[in-house]
Amino acid sequence: MSSVERTDVLVVGSGFGGAIAAYHLAAGGARVVVLERGPWLESREFEHDFKLGSSYTRIFDFVVGDGMSVLGGNCVGGGSVVYFAAMPRAPRFVFDRQGSIGRRIWPKGISRDTLEPWYDRVAEALPVTGQDWNEVTYAGGLWAAACAHAGLTANPVPVAVDNDKCTNCNWMMAGCRFDAKRSLLFNYLPAALAHGAEIRPLHEVQRLTRTDDGGYRVHYNVIDDEDYRIHTASGTIDAKIVVLAAGAGATPVILQRSEADLGKMPHAVGRYFSGNGERLNTAVIDEDRVREVLGLSREGGLAYAANQIGRGPVVANWDRLDGDLPEFSRFSLEQLYFPPGLGTILAQAPDAEDAGAPTWFGVRKKEMLRRWQSWLTIFIMSEDDNEGVFGPPPATGNAMRISQQMLGRGNLRYSPTLNTARGWAEADAAVREILERDGLAKVRPWTNDLVGAYTVHPLASCRIGDDPATSALDDRHELRGHPGIFVTDGSAVPTGLTVNPAMTIAALAERAMPAIVRAAQERGIPVRYGAPAPDGATSARRAVEPLVPGMIRG
Amino acid sequence: MTLEAFADTIVPGERRSPDDRAVAGAAEGPGAVAAGAVELLRTPATGIHTDLPVLADMLNEHARAYADQHGLTLDPGVPAFVALAFEDRTALVRSLVAPGHPEKDAWVLLALFSNMAFDTAAHMHTRDALAEGHPGLLAMGLMEPSPDGLWRFPAYSYGRRLADVHPDTTPSGSPR
Ligand SMILES: Cc1cc2nc3c(=O)[nH]c(=O)nc-3n(C[C@H](O)[C@H](O)[C@H](O)COP(=O)(O)OP(=O)(O)OC[C@H]3O[C@@H](n4cnc5c(N)ncnc54)[C@H](O)[C@@H]3O)c2cc1C
Repeated sequence: MSSVERTDVLVVGSGFGGAIAAYHLAAGGARVVVLERGPWLESREFEHDFKLGSSYTRIFDFVVGDGMSVLGGNCVGGGSVVYFAAMPRAPRFVFDRQGSIGRRIWPKGISRDTLEPWYDRVAEALPVTGQDWNEVTYAGGLWAAACAHAGLTANPVPVAVDNDKCTNCNWMMAGCRFDAKRSLLFNYLPAALAHGAEIRPLHEVQRLTRTDDGGYRVHYNVIDDEDYRIHTASGTIDAKIVVLAAGAGATPVILQRSEADLGKMPHAVGRYFSGNGERLNTAVIDEDRVREVLGLSREGGLAYAANQIGRGPVVANWDRLDGDLPEFSRFSLEQLYFPPGLGTILAQAPDAEDAGAPTWFGVRKKEMLRRWQSWLTIFIMSEDDNEGVFGPPPATGNAMRISQQMLGRGNLRYSPTLNTARGWAEADAAVREILERDGLAKVRPWTNDLVGAYTVHPLASCRIGDDPATSALDDRHELRGHPGIFVTDGSAVPTGLTVNPAMTIAALAERAMPAIVRAAQERGIPVRYGAPAPDGATSARRAVEPLVPGMIRG
Repeated sequence: MTLEAFADTIVPGERRSPDDRAVAGAAEGPGAVAAGAVELLRTPATGIHTDLPVLADMLNEHARAYADQHGLTLDPGVPAFVALAFEDRTALVRSLVAPGHPEKDAWVLLALFSNMAFDTAAHMHTRDALAEGHPGLLAMGLMEPSPDGLWRFPAYSYGRRLADVHPDTTPSGSPR
């Protein structure tokens, strides 16, 4: 091909940040191409199968770093296809966080109040709904009952799930076979396609260079459909605007690799990474005590034994999301299902340590596996210190890929500060206090010894902010010093959120759109801001209308 | 045989026959080896299948060094790691996967796959594994799918309110 391929807007990645940008820009009239590293699967291809190579490994990217491993989506729809669809809004205090720099980290224009209308847009688009107790699974119910027994509250979590279609199969991470999970494959992405956006799966962006007309040339490799270590072709596309949304584990790596050509990147590119203070605890439930102490029973005379039944997190404890508490001591505790294979290995056998035995393998761990149906997993989201730093980029993508799919070695270094470690310890202790009370269970945190801390919520590696020294993006998500490059994914979120982040990532992406549309107009692209929700609903759009002029002031 | 002994250290099992040397017999019921660990390691999808002979050699070298250090005499009739008693295999593996060991990545990977053979039968379709009575999935009590091979759980909820919600909750269920 001799002619250069051109588009108005090139979007990298098709998760929350990418899909929302692609939709608004395409609906507004721009020519949009989306390059996505992973494959494009339809619902019938979402398999209930643990075999390597099934959707359970094809649509994931698990990158082991130094002290931190990141699990993310790797397919059209990104994290929304593999996620658990818990969609809470971030608590008010989060936006006032100072971390260890001693002053507010978030841009002054953003607070819970000012973000609310943008949250509403996302809630209308997916949509996100509350759950009642009849919809709460056994695992969630058990967690709620244990919290209540400890004198605490517990909340059914708002979700982007159609509970009428959900079969509680607990295969959410392999993609929802029953179309119950409202992933981006059902709203923003089809709407973007309807407006002419093009999505190219198995296209992994490597770097950006500049074009003579002030735009950018995007360099990509085409990835083999089965063995992601193999690249079958490469190419370039020129664009006037580039929206990076490859996720917090990949976006900074693309920018680092582009530095040689584009010139110096802001200091904050590839720094201040947060794992959302995430951590898992695994409890082995004493079935008899659950019956006796909590009075729970289900069909078949069982008390619980329902680890396999359900759908990810449905109930969370929010007592410690208290703005009056000091920073680094606030966290949420959310019940979760984590399937075998991807994480079971990290669960530590209670009592093994006291016996001087290995905790995550060996005889005692095998005993623990036998009681797998009685496991209850509790997910901690606490306030970390943004201490992750990316080393020099690997040859391609964001990792040196080891397995055909899924597994790679990356360059993220994470060594928790005392603040983070103390937060984890307090949260671990809180879980233990709740679940070991009156002999309900034995509980241990997952071990960081194997693959470091482990996050499914990577954030802040290319963050927005007012201070150029500590933020890579201005508060309109434009990369400092590189006009026309915007970042709308989780890497833009400046701090951990103490709750699941997708709702906030998406709300910030919605909020960033008017400014990106304006930048596109300034580059001669005939595009307008103002699309309704993907299904045509307009009430949330009406609510943000008065805010739009403020968003595009330059 | 060396890799079998490694997998058996991760998820130990009963001996397949009285003269089984690779499997140490440290736990009741089948372990990772019976669950297909070596088959899984040999699948190209793991990406380490071609490294296995090298890893086995390295492991035996570590075993010889361990034996020297601890004044143990090894049966020359089997690979050095296999010749170690279960407790010694465990101690050696603990040191290899410990934070800071220069080869940690490789041994953790081997441990991950050994474990996956037991807890997911990742070298087989899960339906086939269940139909054949895969020992790991059986031990964990994985419930059967519907006849079409998909899981559904029509009963899933205690169906009642089990806690008070936090006072600072929005009507749709978010924290304030
Ligand atoms: C198992 C699991 C469960 C989760 N559950 C929840 C939950 O219940 N609630 C919640 O709020 N969050 C949850 N999350 C997190 C949530 O999925 C992420 O926070 C969210 O998807 C991040 O959105 P994003 O736009 O930043 O990136 P992503 O959604 O990760 O999208 C990035 C996309 O970019 C692609 N990409 C990467 N590199 C390149 C490249 N070089 N070129 C082209 N494309 C590239 C990736 O394949 C991916 O599709 C979960 C995550 C996981 C893994």
